[in-house]
Formats: sequence, C-alpha cells, structure tokens
Amino acid sequence: MTEVTPPVEIQDVIRTKHLVKRFGAVTALRDVSMHLVRGEVLGLVGDNGAGKSTLIKILTGFMQPDGGEIFVNGEEAKLRSVSYARSLGIETVYQDLALVNELSVYHNMFLNRELLRFPLPFLDNRKMREQARDHLMKMGVNIPSVEVEVARLSGGQRQAIAIARAVYTDAKILLLDEPLAAMGAKEGVLILELIHNLKAMGEVSMVMIAHNYSQVLETCDRVNLLQHGAITFDKPAAETSLDELNELVMREYRAGTTKTPTKS
Amino acid sequence: MSETMLSDAPRPETERPPESAGKSFWSRLGRIFLRQREASILVVAILLVIYFQISSSNFLTPFNILTLFEFISATAIIAAGEVMLLICGEIDISVGQVFALAPFIMYLVNQAGFSLWVGIIVGLLFSSVVGLVNGIFTVWFKIPSLITTLGTLFLLNGITLTLSMGEPVLVPSEGLVNQVMGVNPYSEILWAIGVVVVVQVILSFTRWGKHTVATGGNLHGASEAGVNVSRIKMGNFMLASVLAGLAGILEAFRITSISPLAGGTTIMFAAVAGAVIGGTALSGGIGTVVGALLGVVALSILNDGFTLLGVSAYTYDMILGVAILIAMMLNVRLRIWREAGRQ
Repeated sequence: MTEVTPPVEIQDVIRTKHLVKRFGAVTALRDVSMHLVRGEVLGLVGDNGAGKSTLIKILTGFMQPDGGEIFVNGEEAKLRSVSYARSLGIETVYQDLALVNELSVYHNMFLNRELLRFPLPFLDNRKMREQARDHLMKMGVNIPSVEVEVARLSGGQRQAIAIARAVYTDAKILLLDEPLAAMGAKEGVLILELIHNLKAMGEVSMVMIAHNYSQVLETCDRVNLLQHGAITFDKPAAETSLDELNELVMREYRAGTTKTPTKS
Repeated sequence: MSETMLSDAPRPETERPPESAGKSFWSRLGRIFLRQREASILVVAILLVIYFQISSSNFLTPFNILTLFEFISATAIIAAGEVMLLICGEIDISVGQVFALAPFIMYLVNQAGFSLWVGIIVGLLFSSVVGLVNGIFTVWFKIPSLITTLGTLFLLNGITLTLSMGEPVLVPSEGLVNQVMGVNPYSEILWAIGVVVVVQVILSFTRWGKHTVATGGNLHGASEAGVNVSRIKMGNFMLASVLAGLAGILEAFRITSISPLAGGTTIMFAAVAGAVIGGTALSGGIGTVVGALLGVVALSILNDGFTLLGVSAYTYDMILGVAILIAMMLNVRLRIWREAGRQ
C-alpha cells in the first residue's frame, strides 16, 4: 500500500489534509488527504465501508471531522453546516431525494428562488419556464417538457434535473453520491452525458462516487481509491486501467485484512 | 462512450422500453384525469341537481337555492383553509370549535363597548392565535397535528361553553355590518366564493402556494432547498383557523344568534370530506381549493336533496361514508398511476 501525497496545486478547489473521523470505537476515516482540481471530475471508488460516504458528508458540511484540515479554493474552511458549505459553492446531489414530485420541472428548478412579477407577488411562470428550458437545453438534459410534474419522469431524468438545479443555483463543486445507483443502463448514460457536458462547460468541479470502475474510467479525469479510511491510490484515469483497479482491490482481500469494515 | 457503457452497466436493463408511445399515452391520460378531477365532481354535482329536480320539483326554486347556499357557504370557507393545511401535510380538526368560539369573542368585545367591526377583528385575531398555537405544538414540539388539534378541539369547546355559560346569545345589530356579514341572503355565499378564489390564487400563483405543495410533497427536499417549512406550516395553521373563525362569524350574522353548540366536529368533518372528495390527498402535496369547493357543493346538494325528498339523515350519512371511501380509493389509484408514470 502506497500512501499518496498529492502534488501542490494552486488550482485546487478542495484539498483535505489528514482528515480523521471516528464513530466511537470505529474509525471511518483514518487519514484522508485528497484534492479536487478546478474543472475536473474526480472518481472516488472503494469498497463498502471504506469511508466514501463519510468523506462526502464531511465535505458537504453534514458532519465535522475529528481531525485534519479542509481547504476550499485555497483557504482553510470549517464546513460547520450544510448551508455554510453551500455558501462556498459546495453542493451534494443525492439520488432522487431533492425534488418535489408534485411540482412541475420548472417549479422544481426554481424552488425557493421563484421569479415574481414585481411589484405583484405572483409567480412569473412564463419567465421561469423559458429560463428552465434554456438552462436544461444548454446542459443537454432532454425531457419532454418543463411543465410536466416531476413524478412523471424517470429516475435518470429526475437525477439529471437535480444536478441541473444544483448547477443553476451556482454550485461550483458538485458531490455526486452514487449518481448511477439503481438506474438502468440507458438512464446511466443520460447522467454520464450530463457529467460530460458539465465538464465541457468547465464551470463546475465534481467528485463522483461510483461502484462501476469502467464508468469511472470513462467519465472521470482522475481516480482515487479509498481503502480503510485512507486514499491509497491516485492516478489520472488515462494512466490506469480496469485491471489495475481490480488488482488493487483484490490485493486488499487477499491480504486477508482483519480490519472491521465500518459503516459506509 | 455508449457501447462499452451499455455492456458494462452494473445492472441489467430493467426500465421500461424506450421512450415509447405507451409512456406518453399513460402520462397524458394521467394528466387528463388529474385535470378533470374537479370537472368530474362538477359533473357529479350537476347529475345530482338533475336527479333531485326530477324527483322533487322544489329543488331549483329560488328559496331552495338559498338554502343550498346556506349549506355550502360556511363549510366551503372552512374547507378552503383546511385544503392548504392538508396540502402541506397537516390537518386541523379543531376548526369547528374555532367556528363556535370566534363569534362569542366578537360578542364579548362588543359587549365591552367596542363596535362590531372591532369585535370581528378581535375574533379573527383570536382565531389566528389558535392557529399559531396549533402550529407551535405541531412544528416545534413535533406532536402530530391530529393530536395537537384534538387537544385544542376540547380546550376551545370548554372555553366556549364557559364564556357562554352554555346559553346562546343574539347578535347585536349595527346595520351595515350585519348586512355585509350575513343578513343579506347572498352575502355569505359571496364571501365563500371570494375566499375560495383568493386562496386558490395563493395556492396556484404565489410562492407561498408552491412552497405549501413542496412542504407536503417532499418535506426534506423542500427544506434542503431552503424553504422555511416551519413557517409554511404555521402560516397555514393560522390561515385555517382564521377562515374557520370568519365562517363562524358570518354564520352568526346570518342566523342572528350565536350558539355555543354551533359548528363542532360536524362542520369540520364536512369540510374535510369536501376537500377529500374534491381530490385533496391526506398525505399531502396534492389538492385544489376549487376542488374542495366542488366537493362541498356536491355534499350539500346531496344533503339538501335528501332533506327535500324526506330521506332520513341516517341515509345521508351512509352515502357520505361511501362517497368518502370512493374518493379515497380514487386518490390512492391516482398515486399509483403517478408512480407508474415514472417507473
């Protein structure tokens, strides 16, 4: 196992140094030093219980680490709450949870940021519809109409809208927690295309947790492997392969490690 | 990218066949059905009118239509507030007791030497405080609203009986106030229509309305998006109480006396039943004020028609029960169809 010290990089939007997180006797994160370069897509892989979700929860301000430091855009930041992390442009998109099924696509896109017909307190539905349509088109999200209720869309479409909304609310750092879980292949392609488009637009940086290595290699610029609460592998996707990743994980099993897997 | 992607996908393709006519057909049908939810109740109401007119030629007489308006008005005003609460995922079963107490507050303020207008305003303010208390117990102390308002139901009933000493009183007469608030035979139904229009506009065309739907549809998601769900719930509790108080005051002016036994659970259940028959889901997120009005209208026609035909009130209750069951079954089916629209 090689501990990786990432190279110094001014373009880092997120950098963590020696993050530690314990739950009672269980150590979820032992020593996590990772970084996210502006505009890149970082794939975060690792076994269940390796600490991926804990890391995401810390970066999104939901949990506070027991040790270590976090830098956002080069400045040390205490991510004390979800809303504070959001104010720094960090947004987590959880599958399916964020949207209101009973509202239309554009009302979801504008939830809590509705446009009004000033000075009247009424919604400017036309403007919201047009802007939502433009925005989704720009991002390459294809849905039948922005006027349909979200309940009528597929899981992939809803995930795409949740991501599009996060970007629309000025999120600069997107944390995607298993964006492809519980999704058919076609749906998965939809999301991966959206991630490609976002990358091409170059306005956001993304951390993507995924289980499928080939999807990660295909979509991400760089791959980090998290094992037992530490980053053990950090390479550009172009310089690694499915075989190498599988081998690393298999080695962990063969070593017959006795460490108790922690909660994911 | 797609070729390898497809073959390496972790899970087999279990989704429905490609963007097909099937899906859009179902979603279109679903939309039509949803839109026509109000229309179908309107049709039921019209069929009932035709039936009762044929069975008893007294149905469509000016006198009976006024009677019908009396059945509808107060219940529809209460239902308008109740719908907003139901949509945001809560319920208030104490509205019938606010209905009874608010006119007594008005009366007492008037007896203390203030004008009736002041009395009305104090009565409504008092109602809003009841709503606020309901909201605080539900939102802050996390007591289910059914239980909170069960508590206030008894509390308010006790206060009403104490203040009135169990005796009805006469509404003082000040002329214009009495005309505006209910002595004029059309004033109460005009109030009801006005309230329904205003609340429907709030629901459909304002942030408050969208946030109410969001709160009831996805509480967690709405608060994640920054919607102040506590404020939405408290505000709707207050709205429901104020409208119940208004309905009680209007009813008092119309019948010119204030009874400590007015309203109660009967009018509350009528309002909730009207809302449910009108397409409101008790689980939150779905419903319209116009639908609730039509639900109340349909129930009132049934009630009034049966009275004309001399059918016993017991039969009416049985039919009301069946109507609620059918309406709820439709709501559940709708939910399932909505889910089916996406998977």
